[in-house]
Amino acid sequence: MTVVLALEKVTKSFGPVEVLHGVDLALHTGEVHALIGENGAGKSTIMKILGGYLAPTTGRVLLDGAPVTYHSGPEGEAQGVVVIHQEFNLAADLTVAGNIFLGREITRGLGLDHAAMRAATAELLARLDTSIRPEALIRDLSVPDRQMVEIAKALSRKARVLIMDEPSAALTHREVEALYAQVDRLRAEGVALMFCSHRLDEVSRLADRITVLRDGSVVQRSLRGEMTEDGMAAAMVGRELTDIFPPKDTTTGETLLEVRGLNVQNLVKDVSLTLHKGEVLGIAGLVGSGRTELAEGIVGLRPATGEIRIGGRQVQIRSPRDARAAGLAYLTEDRKEAGLLLDKNLPVNLTLSALDMWGFRIDPKREKAEMTRARKEFDIRAASDEMRTGALSGGNQQKLLLAKTMLTGPEIVIIDEPTRGIDIGTKQQIYHFVRALARQGKAVIVISSELPEVIGLSDRVLVMRMGRIAGEVEGAAITEENIVRLAMGLDREEEPA
Amino acid sequence: MKRIDLHVWGPLIALIGLFILGALLNPAFLAPANLSNVLARSAFIGLIAIGMTFVITQGGLDLSVGSMAAFLAGITIMAMNALVPIVGESWGTILLGMGVALLGGIAAGYVNGALITKARIEAFIVTLGTMGIFRSLVTWLADGGTLSLDSGLRSIYRPVYFGGLGWLTWPIIVFAIAAVLGEWTMRHTRFGRHVEAIGSNDRVARYSAVDVERVRLATYVLLGVLVGVATILYVPRLGSASGSTGVLWELEAIAAVIIGGTALKGGRGRVWGTVVGVLILSMIDNILNLTDLVSPYLNGAIQGVIIVLAVVLQREKRTAE
Repeated sequence: MTVVLALEKVTKSFGPVEVLHGVDLALHTGEVHALIGENGAGKSTIMKILGGYLAPTTGRVLLDGAPVTYHSGPEGEAQGVVVIHQEFNLAADLTVAGNIFLGREITRGLGLDHAAMRAATAELLARLDTSIRPEALIRDLSVPDRQMVEIAKALSRKARVLIMDEPSAALTHREVEALYAQVDRLRAEGVALMFCSHRLDEVSRLADRITVLRDGSVVQRSLRGEMTEDGMAAAMVGRELTDIFPPKDTTTGETLLEVRGLNVQNLVKDVSLTLHKGEVLGIAGLVGSGRTELAEGIVGLRPATGEIRIGGRQVQIRSPRDARAAGLAYLTEDRKEAGLLLDKNLPVNLTLSALDMWGFRIDPKREKAEMTRARKEFDIRAASDEMRTGALSGGNQQKLLLAKTMLTGPEIVIIDEPTRGIDIGTKQQIYHFVRALARQGKAVIVISSELPEVIGLSDRVLVMRMGRIAGEVEGAAITEENIVRLAMGLDREEEPA
Repeated sequence: MKRIDLHVWGPLIALIGLFILGALLNPAFLAPANLSNVLARSAFIGLIAIGMTFVITQGGLDLSVGSMAAFLAGITIMAMNALVPIVGESWGTILLGMGVALLGGIAAGYVNGALITKARIEAFIVTLGTMGIFRSLVTWLADGGTLSLDSGLRSIYRPVYFGGLGWLTWPIIVFAIAAVLGEWTMRHTRFGRHVEAIGSNDRVARYSAVDVERVRLATYVLLGVLVGVATILYVPRLGSASGSTGVLWELEAIAAVIIGGTALKGGRGRVWGTVVGVLILSMIDNILNLTDLVSPYLNGAIQGVIIVLAVVLQREKRTAE
């Protein structure tokens, strides 16, 4: 167990703001090191410094005991330090094999040796237990498949140090297992691994060494088995976390939304559901079961056929504008690509959906007032209103997105993956916001891949499977087992006649 | 922080630098008549470039504006000449002709916009096509020659280009009003905000219930209207139109937008930057004509260097987060 890569008293400042305060950290050969902390604690910054994408303001990066200054990611890679970023780094119009060998293509004479690259790619993908074809185009792959390609690409780089930022965030259960197997294999081969994750079960399963980061400082270091998951959460947040989920204390009123026989592009088939005032309805199901497509069909983002009634009256929703007029709002699962303008400031994002209701001229006073109110109501923490939204932490982005969605004053809110990739403290806040909406008499649908979230939040849960509603569970019957059985098609709950 | 200031103020500093250079090289540069002339000639490209700023900011492009201006000038002149026997050589004829230019601009912009947003064809392809079509139509209407305005009308119409409030001729006044309105629209209205949002990420805009297609279409119609206005101001200058009217205006307009700091990929529009860009281009032209330092034939080369330089200087340094 020798130290390969280490940080020594590293600080990092962006402008006048110091985000890392004298961090010491060491990655050992044959060890998995987990870096955990809330959003904004400085995990990504540390990973970027380790990978050579950022230079420390003060302090040193030591590789094999000697100080290094590499100036870019590729220079780091040349030294065997490979980083898998949370944002994908793949060329969408190239094939899987083309991406894996990008920049180090195998050649034969003047041309490319496609056969050799395909074969090598197939072997890498087989090791990851995936069915992705080497000649598939990246643009045709699902998000989890792209993640697997990223991992395959890193494996092919013969990394001595492999750093992964939230590697499993976009993966399905089976793929996660394949990923863990690879992590175990690389550890046995003597690679130094580091990852950060919000999934504490994953941290316990994989990590030999855990470093907890809070507000840019290391607050705790532990070895495998020394810290429970509750302990990790408490160390990250700096306090004991109780009542992650708010009490399900709202009473449901009259029916607000009624969907009958909805079909969406062959992805959602004959779905009917009802939603009541003050209710939180969970929608669970495997990735690809049609949950997001159902929501996008309801709010007019995808062409859909079927009947939608709001407050008993039939409505035609052909576009998000129709949905807004009907008092229906959808909060997308894809915060970065469909939810927020990352290169714009906070007020622009906050008011974007609501401007049509404001008249032709944008009243700067009103915009400022709404921003101030949203920051307070949703606890959005930002250095300034004028900062780039992309520079906010994931949790604050999500809170801004929630504020934006609510600014149009919807009565029905569909929230897709409310807490994807955000830390436990912010998750708790968002759960309370969701329940507060129900308490105000709004009707809420929560779509989530995280079962504890669906269970902890919902008054009633619909489970989807292959584009259809596989069943419904309510009250005490909302258990992980019941949901999983329905989602996997193990049994079919009989619809009451 | 200092870097960002350079992005915003760079073009203006360059313009002031050029102004001082021009004054030092030839005192005639500062003569009110010369400055008035520079501004008036900037007005055509300037009006078009203001519209182009909206189109580029939403992520589009319009290559057809030069040909469109020629085509609109052609039909305007033909309409006015045809109206002389009916309405007479009067302001009435000229006003009706102006109406033709504006309606023609709206129609031409609508055709471009509808093909791009409803038929979903790339803006580059659509406007490359209509660029050829408009150019060919005006050449055909003029039968390969020149369409000339009735001489009686010409004398009535002349003041629209040459007249005004002293040195402040009508083209300058109209350009200034369009610039102020354009800047206000981009900065302080829902339309401008939607244009920037679509250019920044059209998927986010769609998910935010912005009518992406209608806003995109509107930018092309707005550009068409401004080409119409530019045509109205241009026709009295020469009183004629031909197949070579407005050649390369589209590139000058696009260049002015880029020099002014609007990103070619869209998402960030600066109307006043565009105005500065237009003035930089025409001032270079003017200085070269007034001095014998460099041949005026190299004007295009110098403009090319300025465009590339402007983009290099304004390249956002990716701030790490």
